[in-house]
Amino acid sequence: MDNLLSIITFTPLIAALILGVFLKGDSPSDQANAKWVALIATTATFLISLFVLFEFDPSDAGFQFVEDRSWLLGLRYKMGVDGISILFVMLTTFLMPITIGACWTVTHRVKEYMIAFLVLETLMLGVFCALDLVLFYLFFEGGLIPMFLIIGIWGGKDRIYATFKFFLYTFLGSVLMLVAMVAMYMDAGTTDIPTLLAHQFSAGDIVIGGKTIVGGMQTFLWFAFLASFAVKMPMWPVHTWLPDAHVQAPTAGSVVLAAIMLKMGGYGFLRFSLPMFPVASDIWAPLIFWMSAIAIVYTSLVALAQQDMKKLIAYSSVAHMGYVTMGIFAANQQGVDGAIFQMLSHGFVSGALFLCVGVIYDRMHTREIDAYGGLVNRMPAYALVFMLFTMANVGLPGTSGFIGEFLTLAGIFQVNTWVAAVAATGVILSAAYALWLYRRVVFGDLIKESLRTITDMNLRERAIFAPLVAMTLLLGVYPSLVTDIIGPSVEALLSNYQMALAETPVSTQLAGN
Amino acid sequence: MISDDLSVVLPEIILSVYAMLALVGAVYTGKDKAAPMLVWTTSALMLALAVWIGLTAGPTETAFGGALIDDGFARFAKVVVLASAALVMLMSQDYMRRQKTLLFEFPVLITLAVVGMMLMVSAGDLMTLYMGLELQSLALYVVAAIRRDNLKSTEAGLKYFVLGALSSGLLLYGASLTYGYSGTTLFAGILASIGDGPIGIGLLFGLVFMITGLAFKVSAVPFHMWTPDVYEGAPTPVTAFFATAPKMAAMALFARVLFDAFGSVPGDWGQVIAVLSLLSMFLGAFAGIGQRNFKRLMAYSSIAHMGFALMGLVAGTALGVQAMLVYMAIYVTMSIGTFAFIMGMQKDGQPVVDIRSLNMYASVEPLKALALMMLLFSLAGVPPFVGFFGKFYVIKAAVDGGYVWLAVAGVIASVISAFYYLRIVFYMYFGEEGDRRLDGTMPPVMWGIMMVASFAMIVGVVNLFGVEGLALAAAQTLVN
Repeated sequence: MDNLLSIITFTPLIAALILGVFLKGDSPSDQANAKWVALIATTATFLISLFVLFEFDPSDAGFQFVEDRSWLLGLRYKMGVDGISILFVMLTTFLMPITIGACWTVTHRVKEYMIAFLVLETLMLGVFCALDLVLFYLFFEGGLIPMFLIIGIWGGKDRIYATFKFFLYTFLGSVLMLVAMVAMYMDAGTTDIPTLLAHQFSAGDIVIGGKTIVGGMQTFLWFAFLASFAVKMPMWPVHTWLPDAHVQAPTAGSVVLAAIMLKMGGYGFLRFSLPMFPVASDIWAPLIFWMSAIAIVYTSLVALAQQDMKKLIAYSSVAHMGYVTMGIFAANQQGVDGAIFQMLSHGFVSGALFLCVGVIYDRMHTREIDAYGGLVNRMPAYALVFMLFTMANVGLPGTSGFIGEFLTLAGIFQVNTWVAAVAATGVILSAAYALWLYRRVVFGDLIKESLRTITDMNLRERAIFAPLVAMTLLLGVYPSLVTDIIGPSVEALLSNYQMALAETPVSTQLAGN
Repeated sequence: MISDDLSVVLPEIILSVYAMLALVGAVYTGKDKAAPMLVWTTSALMLALAVWIGLTAGPTETAFGGALIDDGFARFAKVVVLASAALVMLMSQDYMRRQKTLLFEFPVLITLAVVGMMLMVSAGDLMTLYMGLELQSLALYVVAAIRRDNLKSTEAGLKYFVLGALSSGLLLYGASLTYGYSGTTLFAGILASIGDGPIGIGLLFGLVFMITGLAFKVSAVPFHMWTPDVYEGAPTPVTAFFATAPKMAAMALFARVLFDAFGSVPGDWGQVIAVLSLLSMFLGAFAGIGQRNFKRLMAYSSIAHMGFALMGLVAGTALGVQAMLVYMAIYVTMSIGTFAFIMGMQKDGQPVVDIRSLNMYASVEPLKALALMMLLFSLAGVPPFVGFFGKFYVIKAAVDGGYVWLAVAGVIASVISAFYYLRIVFYMYFGEEGDRRLDGTMPPVMWGIMMVASFAMIVGVVNLFGVEGLALAAAQTLVN
């Protein structure tokens, strides 16, 4: 089965085509059919992806399930997963049925909504499976279109500004990456990712207009990729599109955006920036560290001041992604393991938090924190779930959030103690804004008139939270589940990284220090 | 042997004879009543010729002492020109009949313009170049003003004529300088007189004046001024024609002059083309933002796209020419699809071109809205649509040729221009509920062409329908 990854990737697309071609009309029964088709397709994708997970050999650090066909322009249609990407594939296939479950209450143009999500799933899976630069770019950029439509058609009041900002920001970041990719193609003569991983890009200094550019070509390429991934991630100071997009997006759109699409940036850093441009990564790592540290502290403080629940969680996402970038460029086993762990954990936790907001938004149609209070009296089950994910967001030991934050902090501590110290304050700040949010929404007396008739979670909502709760706790108490799979690949990545650094001329390294 | 020479230009001869017969025939029979039939036969003839030229992939042949070159490059360009002209005519027919402007001269003039374009792309001599260009231009001047009683159409025709004549003058001046300093009008002779360079100052002036004239024809900035007005003023089918076949022909001629006559000194014209390309991309991107008129918007869009196509030429390599050909083929397909939609836009039977009239179009006509959206994203160069691969090709060529700054500028311009394509999507999908609804019906031919074009935007991702290999073969005959 060497085309298993293609099957996984394109199953949702085929389901979308079936929906588009065969399902006509917009009656309630048609809407139900559309939802069921989407749910079955995403569940089937998840089940097939389990085969990949079980067949995957964690001791092999190379790419597995490789499918390689010729494509146009000397490019190749090449798919494959290694220890780093397989878990992102799993994360995507795992979360999509939950996402579809979360849009069950939508009644406006349901068929198109489902098609958008199915197409989006194909594109997201493609990003994680692609082993050709241009194929990667194709999926990476293509994902913008369905998201643009999801926010634009089904989003909130000020969605127009948010969609344009989202699209143009990310598009601008990505096209610079495209130029870098072309330059890499010209330099290495191939767009094959495994070959490029072994290719040494020149790191000799370049002098332009009297200024010496340390790291030379690698620096240029590294910054071009940074432009794309930093926007996607998002890193401070280019994070401003995210709160806008989240606030305007429908619940399911927010879940996908926070839980999966943000991870594409981190995945990109791990797949391209760190292993392909080791010298530049080494030289510019302090820049990333301080951007991450600022992101953690600044966005946490901003989160404290938010009145809108979704905005608060969006800012908290930016802070948590700060740990990820920090961990990746710490370039040691703890740091990178922690970064991957943090991304997976954040996928479950932030997705769940947006779903939590969605639950009460569906009932009250407001996301203002002030509109709530005392929900525990009417919604005990909801209060429990919300608390669990709040705690996971804070990074309480026993939840998956703790492992990621701890590992990344341990990783960065070995490299730069000051950054670790600043970033560690983010843990406290996250407790502050998350617990305060929880207190204002859930605790206290139920004094608001409008909340007197609010109902607790129904069976569907419980069902979509159950797997997320299970994963958060499971990863919290048994992290080797993840680290065993990513371990060998990360080890190989880091040993290549160290080797490449050792091979470069000393002068370059001195210039960086 | 004259018979050998004639056999090389047989397609052009067939088309010219047909045009004259059609003119005479229509005058003596039903005049405008014969027009629909003429449109069908002309399109059919052009498509047949396109297939014929496309399938007879022989070796390079020259005729009339090198004045005409029939090589893979010319054949590629001719196929694109013929096919796009035929398709545009097919979809125009219904529109023009509704507007009562379907004159029998229309297919005849288009045919003559196409003959001119075919001569342009196989020109091997400054004389052939000028003859082809003028035959094309004169026919187009008339076509632009085909609605005699319409102020805007007449204005468009006049403006196009005056500025076109100016550019022809510049081109001719450049050609005469080139002739004067090289002693020959044959491209091969000019190339030989330059040798390995450096190029003499007189020839340099000739080159620059010729580039100016050609830049006007491809509407590259700063010689683009006529484009928005002519696009807006001319009847929509004529605009659609302007945006496709002549652009391909002019771009091919541009490549011919640069490579066949000045191919040994790419450093001397590379910078000039790079600046034209840069300015075109940015002006097209910025000026389109303010446009509400779909046709004007497409004018700026085409200026930006020509900038990208020129980026392929800048490098002066076979890869660059291949990139330019692929880009033009993709661009022409996208344009035909989009213009098929624009021609179908009408409210209460009257054509409209305001993009705001597309408000909430997607909720009324989901399929057509989807097709247009795919075309627009493709025009914007967003993957996974085919338009992205066109951009990828030219960027690759530019980086390969050492013009990284141009590639970076190009992608930034493409982000800016994405804004106006997105805005149309925005009106179609996210607009407010309103009463500005377009008529739902669309003539089947337009509908079909639009659907096929948008379908090609996504299916083409598999292998670009083999255009890539054909363009490579074509580029290799030009640059060796």
